[in-house]
Amino acid sequence: MDDIYRENILDNYRHPKNFGKLVNADIEEELGNPFCGDKIAVSLKLTGTHKQGVDRKVRDIRFNGQGCAVSIASASLVTEYIKGKSLREIMALNRETVLSLMGIELTPTRLKCALLSLETVQNAVKQTFTG
Amino acid sequence: MLDTKKIIPDFPILGKKINGKPLIYLDSTASSLKPAQVIRAMDDYYQRYGVNIFRGVYKLSETATEKYESARSTVASFIGSKEANEIIFVRNATEAVNLVAATWGEVNVDSQSNIISTVMEHHANIVPWQQLVKRKNAKLNYLDITEEGRLQPGQIENKINVNTRLIALTYVSNVLGTINPVAKIIKIIKEINPGVKILVDAAQAVPHMKIDVNNLGADFLVFSGHKMLGPTGIGVLWAKGEIMKDLPPYQTGGDMIREVYLDRTVFNDIPHRFEAGTPHIAGAIGLAEAVRYLDSLGMDKVRRHEEELAEYALSNLTGMKEITVYGPHTAGDRAAVVAFNAKGVHPHDMAQILDRDNICIRSGHHCAMPLHTRLQIPASCRASFYIYNTKKDVDLLIEGILKAKIFFE
Repeated sequence: MDDIYRENILDNYRHPKNFGKLVNADIEEELGNPFCGDKIAVSLKLTGTHKQGVDRKVRDIRFNGQGCAVSIASASLVTEYIKGKSLREIMALNRETVLSLMGIELTPTRLKCALLSLETVQNAVKQTFTG
Repeated sequence: MLDTKKIIPDFPILGKKINGKPLIYLDSTASSLKPAQVIRAMDDYYQRYGVNIFRGVYKLSETATEKYESARSTVASFIGSKEANEIIFVRNATEAVNLVAATWGEVNVDSQSNIISTVMEHHANIVPWQQLVKRKNAKLNYLDITEEGRLQPGQIENKINVNTRLIALTYVSNVLGTINPVAKIIKIIKEINPGVKILVDAAQAVPHMKIDVNNLGADFLVFSGHKMLGPTGIGVLWAKGEIMKDLPPYQTGGDMIREVYLDRTVFNDIPHRFEAGTPHIAGAIGLAEAVRYLDSLGMDKVRRHEEELAEYALSNLTGMKEITVYGPHTAGDRAAVVAFNAKGVHPHDMAQILDRDNICIRSGHHCAMPLHTRLQIPASCRASFYIYNTKKDVDLLIEGILKAKIFFE
C-alpha cells in the first residue's frame, strides 16, 4: 500500500499555505509538468536590491496553479520553508529537501509532481542572476 | 463478447498477482499486454535463428530473412494491402509520421503550402508537421471538434484550398475515443482537391477494428506494434508505392543501398530504401504473431467486444455524480477508451488510489495537450479496454472511482 496520502499531505493539499499571487512581485515564474500539463506559478518579494545578488532573502512568496495532491502539498510546504531564506540557500535545495519536507517516499513519476514547485522557484531565482 | 476465459490465460502478466491481488489492466491505449504466443515467437528467433537478414547465404540467415519478409506480408494483408513492399517497418507510429514529414514533406511542401491537422491528434501527428512547416515557412491549420468531441462537419470544405498538400488526421482519438468517419472524410477531401495527400494515424484503429486500406482512400497509414499485442520498437508505415518509390531516403547507411561508390550511392527499392541498418527483426516477427492472434479472434468480433465494453463503461460512468466523461456518449462510433474527470480528485491522485487495487489507468494529457487545452482541462483520467477485459473490470473501476471520491471528500 502506498503511503503518499498522509494527513500532512492531505492537509496541505486541501488548505495550501501561500496560495495566491503577490502584486508588485520582484520575480515571477510559471512552469509546467510535461507529464500531466499541470502548472505552478510563483511570485516572490525579495529583500534588498539587485546589488546584494544571492544574499537577497525571500520576504514573501505565493503560488497558484492546478495540480494533484502531491504537487500542491509540495508547493505549500516548499514555499513555507523558503520564506526568509537567501537566494543562495534556495539554489542549494534539492530533491532530498523536498522529500524530507513531505516525509513520504515517491515513485519517479510522482517525484516530478513533488519537485515542480522547487524547480519553478529556482527558475524564478535564476532570473535575478541574468538581470 | 469474446471468450475472455480462453484469452486471459494467454497473457502471462494477467496470471501474476501484485501484493496478492490480480491485475486490472485498463491502459491498453498506451500499450497492450503481450500474449505468450508473441513472446515465444520472438524468443524463438533469438534462441534458434537470431542472426542478421539479407546478408547471409547460410541457412540460418535465410530463415531469418524469410521470417522477416513474411512478417511484412502478414502485416500487409492484415490491413488489406496486396503489396508487401508498401509496408515499411519503423520503430513506432511516431517514427512513421516523422519519416513521411522528412521525405515526402521535404519534397512536396514549400512556403506556399498548407497542411491540415486536427485538435484531437496525438502529439505524434502534430509536432512533426509543426517542425516541417517551420522549416518550409508553410502553414499548419487545424480542424476543430464539436462539444461532443467529433470533428465539426462542414469545416473541411472551408479549410482546404489549392495550396493544401496534406491532411493528417487520426482514425480514432486516443482520448475522446471518437471513431472518425475517415473514408467519408477522405472522399470529401479528394473531391475538392484530388492532389491532397492524406495521412491517417491508425495507432488506435488497427488494433481494434478491421482496416482495409483499399476502401479507405488514404495515402499514408501509420500504427505501432505494441498497441496491438506486439512488441515495443516495431511500427508500420503503410504508404502507396507510387508515392514512395522516387522519394529521397529517410536515414542512410546499410541495407538501404543498391550500389555505393566513394562519391555517390544508388539507393535500394522500396521498402528497403526506407529501412536503413539492421531492423528490429524479432520485433517484426513478434508483430506478425500478434496479427495472427488477432486474426484468429476475428477483428469484427474484437470490435463488437470493445463496443459492448464501451457501452457498459459509458452507461456506468455517465450515470455517476460529479463525473465528466469526454467524447461521444454513444458506443457506436466510439472506441473502448473513456477519458473522464471526477470533481475534486486530480487525475494523478485518481490513478494512484486506483493503483492500490492494481487498477491501472492513465492520468495526464495522454500526449494530446492541444485537445486538453480545447476541452479547457489540464489533465484527465483515461481507462481503456481490450480483448482481455471484461465487464467485471468496468465494475471494479467504478468501485475504485467511488473510493477515490470518498477519500478526497
